[in-house]
Order: sequence, then structure tokens, then C-alpha cells
Amino acid sequence: MSKSGTILYLDGVSVSFDGFRAINNLSLVLDRGEMRAIIGPNGAGKTTMMDIITGKTRPDAGEVYFDGTIDLTKHDEADIAMMGIGRKFQKPTVFESHTVEDNLVLALAGPRSIFPALFHRRSKAESEHIDEILATIRLEARRNDLAANLSHGQKQWLEIGMLLAQDPKLLLVDEPVAGMTDAETEETARLLKDIAKTHSVVVVEHDMHFVRELGVKVTCLHEGAVLSEGTLDHVSADDRVIEVYLGR
Amino acid sequence: MITQRLFTGGSNRRVLVTALVLAAVAVLVPVLHLALPPSSPFHVPAYMVALVGKYLTYALLALALDLVWGYCGILSLGHGAFFALGGYAMGMYLMRQIGDRGVYGNPILPDFMVFLNWKELPWFWYGFDQFWFAAIMIVLAPGALAFVFGWFAFRSRVTGVYLSIITQALTYALLLAFFRNDMGFGGNNGLTDFKDILGFNVQAPETRAGLFAASALALALALLITSAITRSKYGMLMVAVRDAESRTRFIGWRPENIKVFAFTISAVMAGIAGALYVPQVGIINPGEFAPANSIEVVVWTAVGGRGTLVGPIIGALLVNGGKSWFTGILPEYWLFALGGLFIAVTLFLPKGIIGTWDSWRASRRDAAERARTKAEEDAAPPPVDPATGRPVRVEETPRAPSPGLSGGPAPQPAE
Repeated sequence: MSKSGTILYLDGVSVSFDGFRAINNLSLVLDRGEMRAIIGPNGAGKTTMMDIITGKTRPDAGEVYFDGTIDLTKHDEADIAMMGIGRKFQKPTVFESHTVEDNLVLALAGPRSIFPALFHRRSKAESEHIDEILATIRLEARRNDLAANLSHGQKQWLEIGMLLAQDPKLLLVDEPVAGMTDAETEETARLLKDIAKTHSVVVVEHDMHFVRELGVKVTCLHEGAVLSEGTLDHVSADDRVIEVYLGR
Repeated sequence: MITQRLFTGGSNRRVLVTALVLAAVAVLVPVLHLALPPSSPFHVPAYMVALVGKYLTYALLALALDLVWGYCGILSLGHGAFFALGGYAMGMYLMRQIGDRGVYGNPILPDFMVFLNWKELPWFWYGFDQFWFAAIMIVLAPGALAFVFGWFAFRSRVTGVYLSIITQALTYALLLAFFRNDMGFGGNNGLTDFKDILGFNVQAPETRAGLFAASALALALALLITSAITRSKYGMLMVAVRDAESRTRFIGWRPENIKVFAFTISAVMAGIAGALYVPQVGIINPGEFAPANSIEVVVWTAVGGRGTLVGPIIGALLVNGGKSWFTGILPEYWLFALGGLFIAVTLFLPKGIIGTWDSWRASRRDAAERARTKAEEDAAPPPVDPATGRPVRVEETPRAPSPGLSGGPAPQPAE
């Protein structure tokens, strides 16, 4: 397989924890600008895969390339974030004692060292960018509220907004609609489809209605490897997928 | 929300007012001490100047701890070590100033070295006859130790209780090391018997008043600086690291750098506090490294309210004032009282004095605002549905829970 033209390239990746193979010879290729949904039962290795891509976990074997040329196994979390991979956690994680706006200020792309931060004054361009993001994630009205006071769904959106502020090339979004109402789920699908116009996105999700709404190529993981790949209809018609989901 | 805005304004004002009060005290107390005769009711007696001057250096130490604990979530149980290191650097300068006025009359060697039969001044005592050199060391010794210690600890992602324990181990290790005579810092007895500081007699009332003023001004300045730091983008990052370290990492910041910087700044502040403390009490010995001292600093900070800057200052002054008063009447029970105080504060005032005051004010303000809006709604004619012509029931907008409204960062667990 050629790496050029891919935003994310995983080949033969394996990792085990205490003898348990969380990821087993996993190969996955994501083209530039593509949005991909990843499904799979609990323990399929979805979150571990994200940990490997973002540098939290080092693989025992295999290749992990970003943007065709960057070997991600040689970098740590902060480096990888600065190269352009944004990650949303399964549990919404925002800075609760800061306002919505300040959450975005901290995430904005820019220098990441101490002294510029000590003497930082917000520029007009930055303020405009924040306004744009607030409009995208529909939180304009709550910009001066503490993030702690947001609803669960709004926190998820704020976290996605923080990813956008980082100006990444690739977004990894872990279970964005867990615990959301139907209306919020719909809104999130719209938001992600919007984002996918200009970014490459990987969405891990359990909610099949939501995956259907996204309408993108689906990869089903099982026991740390790819079980099936294709459209949602193709994947959900696959006997092995049905077996995994319904039990044997 | 409006209350949050008001709160931020309020907290800035509080910092400014406190700094101004400290500056006024720095002028007023020395004047009242020196200019008025002891018979005057406004005369400040010498023991008060010495006592409060000492408390002001404790307050500076508590403020330093608040920067790392309250804002960055690093519960250091070893801040006394940085305080003592700054104190030793000052003590070494004061020792060299004694010159040949010591018991043994040796112009170069301090008394304890003559006593130990040393022939030469150890290399690390060179330069301490100059104040500028001592001043650099007061900043450099605690700062460098904190930087190296923090660099290793935070890079290895040691956090929470484990970090607290190793800071405690750090100060304990230094305690044992400084007890040894061959370390060259006076062993068990430490450094004492000081004569001059910058050419002035340490015991003279004018010098004492000057040291008092220096302590108050240093505290005021440190308060303004920490306030500026915590309000900057870097300050927001400290809180971000405290509340969600992994999130900070995954948006590209390096929490270890943010922590090392805060830890180093804080250690430098603690060192300066120690340096101001030593000439006022006239002695520095390894006892200052005792783990219990560092834990006491945590108590002061918690009592005043961590993460509030002004709180720890008030906490340090109140607890130490209480200690002086209490040990005067019931000396054996002081430690019980201190332990009881810490339990009581944890149970009843988890945000400390200032934090509790802020929550109370915020909830009152919210209640007042609610009452006002309600009064306005009652006064205005009810909105009318254009279709039916009937009054429309207005749903009350749900309000955010009060802990968020209180504005200040809610107390977080130590990790």
C-alpha cells in the first residue's frame, strides 16, 4: 500500500497489555479529507487505537504514519497534537473552571511555550476565529459561562470546538453522542458533517442510527483487528459482524 | 454570567486593597514603633514588630504554596525546604558579616568551623561575604533545586499523593543532611549569633523596623506578581492542568513545563520569604526543614482558602496569631488545637475563609438579583398571547447551580 495521499496509515499494528492483545495486526488507511466511522463491540480496541495514534500508547509492532510521512510512534502527545491531530475523549473533558470562551482561547493554535503565554494579549484575528468556532458549535450565547455549567451535550460540542480551535488536519472523535438526547445527536451529526468538509475525521461510535446519519464508510473492529469494512449496509450484512454483535 | 464578571472584578480589587494595606503597614508600623515613645498608646512595641514581621514572611511562604497548590494542583508537602534554603543563604551572609567579632575571633572562619578544627573556608562559603552574591543564592538555590526536582518528577508524570510524598521526602532528606556537622552549615545548631546586615546592627530597632517594612513590601509585591501570573493565559493553563491534565496535553501543551515553571517561581518566593525570616528571628537551623513545618504551611493555606491568593496570607496571619495567643495560655494543647482546626476547616469550610466568604456573597447576590427580576416581572403587565388574548405563563429560566456561580475555582481533590 502506498502512504502518499493518506492522512492516516496504520499497518500491522499490534500492542498487548500484560499478555492481552488489545490490538492485533491492525491495518487501517484513511484518505485525506475522508470521514470514517469505526464501530465494534466493547473491548474491540477502538480506544486503544486512538491511544496509539495520539502517542499515549506505543505499539509493540507495526507502522503508524500521519500525513504520509510522519512516523507517529516517534512522537509524544503534545507533539502529535501540534502536528495536527485533535482528539476528543469518550468522557467529555473540558476545563470546567474556565469560561467557554477561555476554553477555546487555550486550545487556539499558536505557540505552546510558557513565556508567550505569560505575556499573551488576544489579537483581533484570534477573537474572530473564536467567534467563528462559537458559531459552528452553537454556543455563542454561553460564551461567558463557566464550562462546568454546560449540559452534557454542550460540553461535547465545546470539546469538539476546542479541537477545531487547534486547527488540526485530522480529528479523532470518541463516542461523541454517548448520553445525548435525540435532538442533540442530530445536531452533532450535522456538526461533524460540517467539519468533515474541511478536515479528515475518525468517529468511534456505538450508536448505529448516528452512524447511518453520518453516511460514511464504516470499519468494524473486533478483538483488535479489522473485521469488516465498507458501507454501513455492507458491514451490517456481514455474517461475521452479526455474529460478533449478537454473540455466537 | 454577570456574577462571574463581578467576581473577577472583586478578586482583583481584593488583591489591590491587600497590597495597599500591606504597603501602608510597611510604613505605619515602623513609624509608630520608632517615632512614638513607649508610653504612647499608639506605640508598637519591639516584640510586636518582630512577631508580625515573622508572620509576614510566613504569609509569603503560604502565598508561594498557593500558587502551586491552589492554581496548579501540586500539593507540595516540602515547601519548608525552599524556605529554609533561602534562609540558609541569608544566614551564611550574616555569618560572614560577623568577622572577627565571634567567640574565637577568627576573621574568616565562622565559630562553628573553628570549633570543628577546620583550617579553611569550604568552597561553597566563598562569595557569601558579599550581599549581592548572597542575594543571588537566595533566589538560585531554592529555584535550581525546584527546577531539577520538578523537571524529573513532572516529566515522569508523578502526580497527586505520590508527588506529595516525594516532596515530603525531599525536605526530610535535607533535614538529615543539614544535621550533619561535615555538611558545613553548622550542623545541629545551625547559624546564629548574627551581628550586622548591610552594615546595620541586626538587633537595632531601626534595622528591625526596616526588616519589617521589607517583609511587608516583599509580600505586597509578590501578591501583585502572583495575581498578574494567575490572570494571564499562563495562569489559565495552570488551572487547566489542575482540572484536566490530559486535555491540556492533547491540545498540544506540555503540562510538565507548566508545572515546572510554577514550581520554580513558587520555590523562589519561598526562598525570599526564608531570607527575610532569618535576620528577624536571628537563627536558622535544620529544624526549619522538619516535615511538620511544611505541613503547617498547607494548613495556613487551607484555612485562608486556597486558590484565592489573599486567603493564604490571611490564613498564615490568623493561624500564627492564634498560635502565639494559644501557646501563651495553654502551651501543651497547641498541636491538638492545630489538628482540630484543620479538621474543622476541612469539614465546615472546605474552601477556606475567603472561599466561603465568596460563595456566601455570590449566593446573596444571586438571591438579590432573583428577587429584583421577580419584582420587575410582577410590576410589568403579564405578556399577552396575541392569538388568544390571554396572559401567557412565563417559564422561569433555569438557573445554574450556585457552586458555579460562586465564580472561584471549586476546590479540587489534591490530585
